Amino acid sequence: MEAGQSFLPGLIAACSAVIALNADRLCLLDQEIGDGDHGTNMRRGCEAVFEEREMLAGLPLPQALERVGMTLVMSVGGASGPLYGTLLVELGRGLAGEEPGARQDFSSALSRAVDAVARRGRSGAGEKTLLDVLYPVQAEVRMQSTLDSIATEAQAAAERTVAMKAGRGRASFLGDRSIGHMDPGACSCALLTDAICRYLGELEGA
Amino acid sequence: MKANGANVGIVIVSHSPLIARGTADMIRQMVGDSVPLSWCGGNAEGGLGTSARDILAAIGAAWSEAGVAVFVDLGGAETNSEMAIEMLEPSRARRVAICNAPVVEGAVIAAAEASGGATLSKVVATAEELSP
Repeated sequence: MEAGQSFLPGLIAACSAVIALNADRLCLLDQEIGDGDHGTNMRRGCEAVFEEREMLAGLPLPQALERVGMTLVMSVGGASGPLYGTLLVELGRGLAGEEPGARQDFSSALSRAVDAVARRGRSGAGEKTLLDVLYPVQAEVRMQSTLDSIATEAQAAAERTVAMKAGRGRASFLGDRSIGHMDPGACSCALLTDAICRYLGELEGA
Repeated sequence: MKANGANVGIVIVSHSPLIARGTADMIRQMVGDSVPLSWCGGNAEGGLGTSARDILAAIGAAWSEAGVAVFVDLGGAETNSEMAIEMLEPSRARRVAICNAPVVEGAVIAAAEASGGATLSKVVATAEELSP
């Protein structure tokens, strides 16, 4: 996979913009069932990645993704830093292929990266976390769905977390009272998926 | 004391810098300077939170060849600590343990154990006896 010099900076700008636009909403969702800082944490992480966008553009895509992941780990704070960081680090490693000949296609690299997030969070499907968006997105990618379908499913998956009872994270302390609120991590994950799909769609259409 | 004179180090990680620092103060009162000790807590804006970067620095500051025991309060503190440990050299990472114990009681009892020259596994086991 070869990335044009402007591909990654554009993608990073699109992701940063959607997080900046929705940071207050993400904090409000987090205030309902968590500690209220998901929006500010994600914005801080996106700003750190945005600062590095030109340097990242000079790297092969797998290494760039790995670097983005490490930057998120070091800047986001909260549990979402290691979770999003692990996703990108493992995605980069999967695309690079740690062993000669082990280079994977995007779908299997994404699948492995999502599994790594689950291990990092010691969580799985149905626990009202970003995994409840990542698993459905991964399934759509595996089925080679259209970008529109992937984005639509991501949003629908985030909506489904409203009815879930939290099994991990600060929200799990609330027990049944966590039901009725969208998980902020699932929300940011759907927003980012939508922004990425839109960006890729604009490139396809260009 | 161990032959090399190095006792196990203690790191406190809390979302609140006040809790982390206060716990460290309690440890110093008990064991003085006999145990390498460091703490971190709070986010870049001065609010509550934890960061892998700060935890990595704290482990470095409390480094001991005998190892380091890390005490964490809530979810993100543990996840960020795991991440920080993975970023260490493998030879160092093997000598850092996150303790499943209450942060204040666990860290104080661990420091008392460490000040007597106990091994990392003994320090961790003593702290974890506090958890049901």
